[in-house]
Amino acid sequence: MNTPGSSKIVVVDYRAGNPTSVVKALRAVGGDVEVTDKPETVESASMIVLPGVGHFAATRFLEERGLAAAIRSRITQGVPFLGICVGLQWLFEGSTEAPEVAGAGVFAGCCERFVTDEKVPHVGWNSLSIRFGSRLMKGVEEGAYVYYTHSYRASKQNDTVAITEYGGAFAAAVEAGNVMGVQFHPEKSGTVGLTILKNFVAM
Amino acid sequence: MLTKRIIACLDVKDGRVVKGVQFLDLVDAGDPAALAVAHAEAGADEIVLLDITATHEGRGTLIDTVRRTSRGLFIPFTVGGGIRTLDDATSVFDAGADKVSINSAAVARPELIGEIGARFGAQAVIVAIDGRRKSESSDPVRNAEVFIGGGRKSTGLRVIDWAREAEQRGAGEILLTSMDADGTRSGFDCELTASVSQAIAIPVIASGGAGNVEHFAEVLGRGDRQGKADAALAASIFHFGVSSARELKTELAQLGVPVRLPC
Repeated sequence: MNTPGSSKIVVVDYRAGNPTSVVKALRAVGGDVEVTDKPETVESASMIVLPGVGHFAATRFLEERGLAAAIRSRITQGVPFLGICVGLQWLFEGSTEAPEVAGAGVFAGCCERFVTDEKVPHVGWNSLSIRFGSRLMKGVEEGAYVYYTHSYRASKQNDTVAITEYGGAFAAAVEAGNVMGVQFHPEKSGTVGLTILKNFVAM
Repeated sequence: MLTKRIIACLDVKDGRVVKGVQFLDLVDAGDPAALAVAHAEAGADEIVLLDITATHEGRGTLIDTVRRTSRGLFIPFTVGGGIRTLDDATSVFDAGADKVSINSAAVARPELIGEIGARFGAQAVIVAIDGRRKSESSDPVRNAEVFIGGGRKSTGLRVIDWAREAEQRGAGEILLTSMDADGTRSGFDCELTASVSQAIAIPVIASGGAGNVEHFAEVLGRGDRQGKADAALAASIFHFGVSSARELKTELAQLGVPVRLPC
């Protein structure tokens, strides 16, 4: 479908934090990136990245602006999709952080706040345990560290391709065909993060 | 396992690094962009750039400095110094910062914390607190006081109360500098750090007083007499008898502190 080098990666800006770092990192691994808040741009995307930090309620903007429908449509057509942080959480059915806002429901389950004696939010570098065969995590070593900053997480389930331990195991990365998500910030995770983004860009 | 962070700090004035860590093999040891990348490659977990420029012209230079510094950096990058409004913060974020550190401006107008957090997320707001023990008090640590204006002006606020308020207003982290310990190289103020860290759920970054590797192990440790910090700021790594953040972290690992290695 795409000739090499012509894939347009569309980064969806939905006012959930600043996409600057994500754009910079995607470009650093060779991505041709465009930032948009318009559904029509998403509809012509060769690849979609949904970043996002902060509150799950921010994803309401996706429905309001018709972005959610455009993303779902492209996902169905097989376009590679990567959700980062809140972008991963949006792939689930929802989050207890904003129960009134529905997620995309690509993955089963609901994101919940950490239940732990440790500090919440979970901030800093934590290690990955990776399931063999993940395309997204290819070349990432077992135990590699990535950077997190979040208070809600998805539980481990069938499509979980990497887990991290913090008050029990949670989904660090999910992958089902062309739909992928990471709870950590690959754009802030040094060479490990760039490897993951490079894997995505190469799809 | 969640690791303890070692954060390299660059003090910048008019676009030049004025003190702190020097790398011998750098062509331009005063260039923040080159230094930041060198720190990242040498194992630092995060970079903080503190702008200590006093002049208006220098403030304009800052945005360009932030943009150049962030360009080659793929670890968390915080910018502090002189951020007084949401507009100030926005221009720093647009230039590539991941977090801003606010200090005096947050004390003067605490709403600023929530304003930046609402737009960029709580994780993007670090409230920096300069604290000094209240020696004349019955409990000098718990009654430690907040100072602003680079430590020149007392506020009457208790450090512990201000840290709690900052958390409630949506700060993502606290950067706590002990004015008593700062510059002494005799160790962090572990008691003050622990008192704050135990009072709030958000991470505490310890700053001020480091002189050797053991000092980092103490402030990042969890025992009764230790600092319980989640991260520590290293403003001048070569003063600690190590050549890089990687070497510092390797020695910390040997002392039982969980750190990101290899890095």
